[in-house]
Amino acid sequence: MSPSWKVFLRTVAGRAYPRFIGVWREKSWLIFDVFFPLLQVSAYVYIYRAIGAPSEFAGFAVLGGAMIAYWMNVLWSMASQFYWEKETGNLQLYLIAPTSRMAILLGMALGGLTATTVRAAAIILAGALLFRVPLEVSDGALFFGVFILTLIALYGLGMLLSSLFLLWGREAWHLSNLFQEPVYLFSGFYFPVRALGFWAAALASVIPITLGLDAMRQLLYPRLMENFRFLRVEVELLLLVMLSGVFLALARLALHFFEGLARREGRLTLRGQ
Amino acid sequence: MKRLREAWQGFKAGTWLGWQIESNWTEPFLFAIYSVIKPVAGVLILVFMYLVVARGGLENPLFPRVFLGTTFYLYVVNVLSGISWAVQDDREHYGMLKYVYMAPMHLYGYLLGRGMAKTLIASVSVLITLAFGIVFLGVRFSSVNPGLFFPAFFLGLTALAFFGILLAGVSLLIARHGWVVGEVVAGGFYLLCGAAFPLSLLPGPLRALGLGLPPTYWFEALRRALLGQGLNPELEVLSDSALLLILAGASFLGIVLSVGVFRLSERIAVRRGLLDMQTMY
Repeated sequence: MSPSWKVFLRTVAGRAYPRFIGVWREKSWLIFDVFFPLLQVSAYVYIYRAIGAPSEFAGFAVLGGAMIAYWMNVLWSMASQFYWEKETGNLQLYLIAPTSRMAILLGMALGGLTATTVRAAAIILAGALLFRVPLEVSDGALFFGVFILTLIALYGLGMLLSSLFLLWGREAWHLSNLFQEPVYLFSGFYFPVRALGFWAAALASVIPITLGLDAMRQLLYPRLMENFRFLRVEVELLLLVMLSGVFLALARLALHFFEGLARREGRLTLRGQ
Repeated sequence: MKRLREAWQGFKAGTWLGWQIESNWTEPFLFAIYSVIKPVAGVLILVFMYLVVARGGLENPLFPRVFLGTTFYLYVVNVLSGISWAVQDDREHYGMLKYVYMAPMHLYGYLLGRGMAKTLIASVSVLITLAFGIVFLGVRFSSVNPGLFFPAFFLGLTALAFFGILLAGVSLLIARHGWVVGEVVAGGFYLLCGAAFPLSLLPGPLRALGLGLPPTYWFEALRRALLGQGLNPELEVLSDSALLLILAGASFLGIVLSVGVFRLSERIAVRRGLLDMQTMY
């Protein structure tokens, strides 16, 4: 292995380590990260019950709530991460380190993904136990493939956003805030995205969770989703592969471009903006 | 008199600063769009849930009451999380809390002011969402009762503001989860207070807990004041004036509790040197 690859891999491991180990060291986070989304998920389950929805819709809410954990992680711990690092004075250290920035982003993504998976699994487990949600996968391998590809595309998008957010100060915080409810709506976190209409759903598919959720729901509730599916699972899988490639390539380009721009405009060390 | 003047000065400074922090990060036009998109998106999630499942879609008799509860819930999340967030933001992010404390104004009044800024922003969002509901979703306020609406609205808001201060007092003492304390409490209120579904759906102990929380009565009073009917069968036995009395009691309790908890927290924070805590967490 060439020395540069060694550095790359060590950087990935080094940046992923604190995120992974943080889950086990600071266990109280688990309570907040599971308990808080579960409050919201529970509220949506009760809303469905209030309007007499079949029990599968509670499954929609639980699965959506679990995927929200990933979206929140991408927004607040990927996209906004360089903003936090700038505020705490760490960003300069990253930039003078003799390593690839992509390796830092990849490490952030892998660490965040692992930690969030623990939280998402806990949300699904708690939701399934509390609300007796039916969770029977018709094709386990396909479900797993969709799930993994959704995460690769999603964290690729997170890497791209973190490059874009490199320039910003408080805007980064507010934009992450803005990308919550509107994305919950357009990606169909709590209802089948097909309800928005085909073209709105197609537009929302730029966020990989839209396709991932729709495909996973089809595999979990095939009969119910016959009336609500957006695209066939195979098509969604193919689109997720494409999105993964596009986002990772764009992230690399954007990181290079925006780092240069931020250097020229002197924004890399600007704090308290 | 001097303390009152200091509290007023703190309130004014907090309101002005809070408004600046919330709004001046972008152009006014973009800020206006930002203020519209978030709350309307939150309501539209409910709309699509109803369209997909509910018999009659938006004509379902529950929808206007759920719409109203969800819309006014914007105050709960903004006021509760806004005030406790202000402590974390000023202390950990901007490192300004110690200077605010040293200034000739009262910290309690200052935090209430920060809550006021959030209330103003929430008011804009609520008005826009209500207008959206009337124009696009066909929500009709069939029997508006101003005599119930205004006292209920202000009493509930007062109770919320002082509960926000109580959470700010707690935030003075904690670092790690201070960022989410307000949101967790507000999230709990969404689930337990019948903002979006009748309390009767909750299991017994959670229902009892919900009946002990002031926002339950606030949402119910606002629904009665604007739509002529509430959402919760459990509260039908209460007259309008009984609801107002409960809200007045909750506000009084909020003031007493928040003053007590905040003073105690402030004293502990000063003694332990927590006012300039920087945990980088």
